[in-house]
Amino acid sequence: MNQSAHEANGRLTAGREPSVSPPAPPGQPVIELKRLTKTYGDHTAVNALDLTIRRGEIFGLLGPNGAGKTTTILMMLGLTEPTSGSARVCGLNPARHALQVKRLVGYMPDDIGFYEDRTGLDNLIFTARLNRLPEREARDRALQLLELVGLSHAAGKKVGAYSRGMRQRLGIADVLIKRPEVIILDEPTLGIDPEGVRELLQLISDLSRKEGLTVLLSSHHLHQVQQICDRVGLFVQGRLIALGSVAELAEQLDETGTVTVLIEASGWTDALTERLQALEGVQSVSVDAKASTENTAAGESVATLVCSRDVTSEAAAAVIECGARLHAISRRQYGLDDIYHRYFEGRETR
Amino acid sequence: MKEAIAKLGGWLKKLKIRAERPSSDGNGIRKANAEQSGARTPSPFWVIVQKEFGDHLRSWRFGILIGITVLACIGSIYGAVTSLKESAGNEQSDTAFLFLKMFTASDGTLPTFATFVSFLGPLIGIALGFDAVNSERSKGTLGRLLSHPVYRDDFILAKFTASLLLITVVLFSLGFLVMGLGLMTIGYPPTPEEFIRVVLFTLVAIVYVGFWLNLSILFSIRFRQAATSALSGIALWLFFSVFYSMIVGLIERATAPANATSVDQLLSHANGILLLNRLSPAYLFSEATTTLLTPGVRSLGPLTAEQVVGAIASPLPLGQSVLLVWPQLIGLLAATMACFGISYAMFMRQEIRSRS
Repeated sequence: MNQSAHEANGRLTAGREPSVSPPAPPGQPVIELKRLTKTYGDHTAVNALDLTIRRGEIFGLLGPNGAGKTTTILMMLGLTEPTSGSARVCGLNPARHALQVKRLVGYMPDDIGFYEDRTGLDNLIFTARLNRLPEREARDRALQLLELVGLSHAAGKKVGAYSRGMRQRLGIADVLIKRPEVIILDEPTLGIDPEGVRELLQLISDLSRKEGLTVLLSSHHLHQVQQICDRVGLFVQGRLIALGSVAELAEQLDETGTVTVLIEASGWTDALTERLQALEGVQSVSVDAKASTENTAAGESVATLVCSRDVTSEAAAAVIECGARLHAISRRQYGLDDIYHRYFEGRETR
Repeated sequence: MKEAIAKLGGWLKKLKIRAERPSSDGNGIRKANAEQSGARTPSPFWVIVQKEFGDHLRSWRFGILIGITVLACIGSIYGAVTSLKESAGNEQSDTAFLFLKMFTASDGTLPTFATFVSFLGPLIGIALGFDAVNSERSKGTLGRLLSHPVYRDDFILAKFTASLLLITVVLFSLGFLVMGLGLMTIGYPPTPEEFIRVVLFTLVAIVYVGFWLNLSILFSIRFRQAATSALSGIALWLFFSVFYSMIVGLIERATAPANATSVDQLLSHANGILLLNRLSPAYLFSEATTTLLTPGVRSLGPLTAEQVVGAIASPLPLGQSVLLVWPQLIGLLAATMACFGISYAMFMRQEIRSRS
């Protein structure tokens, strides 16, 4: 089956298109994917994906390159046909009613492009008019959005002269100009400097809270998106291997039963290592004496304790009693990075 | 002459009626659309057409091409006018359809206007279409554009429409420029029939350039690199406008029947070669333009002596000339449609991913 049949179909049935329902209350599912599968020849890009995204939440679709994130997004927008399974976006089937879905969903591709020899304002007005906004309104709205994303000063500049971060912000404005209910951002933080990322994510999260937008963003930069996502899904090789809030995922990992404690100290002795080893619950101690990087002074050692319970305070006492100078001690919190690595290690050994 | 004009008048009336009908229909559709969207806003299709038109107008590529074409045309008119002036002194020269000679005459130094159009027209078409889709793809704008409520077929149709509109404007202005210059230099006004013949010639030229435009849009959908699609387009253009006739000439000589053969055999051979020739859009176009601009052309195929017996060597009336080139015109239109159909089918099946 190809796209044409459906788009043509959508056009033919334009007269009796399903009426767009008024915005559902928060908590209602906006995106529902059921056993969604896409195969290219022998390669399965997306494998029986089940996913529900509720109204007003910021959902992070995380995974390495080639995990099938973009394919999933394209299927949600009706730009690609699923091989099997179904997707529903705002209660509509994107493959059947591509146009209606596209009216409600704003999509920012991972490598967003603009007409380089036109100004940012022109680009936005063009988009607005594609969405059937009258000319005056289009201009007003474009100016308003440029203000919102902090590009008012560059409105009259050609997009060719924009920096990467400015393009991404223009992309956000481009997505918002149609007043969508859902915005889908594919790798929005790609290639922007850390400060730019922070601003961009702040902007996205503000928008979501203020306007009640549902946001789906895909990324392989985990710690960047973990700050703003309500829930995340880990996506590897076309499968969703974990789903939940960052805290929930961390808990799942902690259930494997180990706690990691990091100790930075100078004047380390073998006796200390033995003493730490002897502490109840400590499973292994590894000391790295040469870790004299910028942050650690000469003669300082970094020890990693893997324990079955939290021994932070006992370990600290032990270090001091042995005459070593304790610089820092911390219990490692699982961030998304660790979660990610864990799942990856699992994948490799599989 | 009177008869011809009367005929023409009737034909014009018919055209008028035909023109009025679709326009009223069009209004109806537009009204329905406006009501549907709740406001009088242009559909995305026209928004894209508008943008593309503007982009082309502002592009260097178009400026250069139009410069070359205008220069070539002015040169060809100059040649035509000098040759006309030379033959004007000659008593035996035929003054019928003198005005049309502006388009077909040459003093031998420069090709005629019709030749220039048939040679440079395709180049304009290719230049306007070769990166229509793949540049949008490589710039990453295609994915963004199609994530907005725009039908895919509207997208390529808008690209085609915008370029074709531009070509229409260019060819009509060139045609009228030549006419105006001719009026000023030779001071010989065109008859209505001559005027209509020029307009028809321009329309045929638009169809012809439209074919090349569509072909290059097809290449731009098929090939991901703009350079590949441009080169394929230009290669085909060179093949059909230069080499194809040579190849057909070779085949003609190789397959020519031995000297003492029957008329039937000679005729079937000539017809076969004609058929081969007519596979080339360039040949179809040259046949169509010669017939339209030279009313003296009475037939496009081989004629036997028996067929010519009793025929009066007079120019054909306009209606008959049009009748004669009708198949050629339909052939060109069909080739254009076929290209568009293939591009449509291909584009619909393609997956829209950014820059891949």
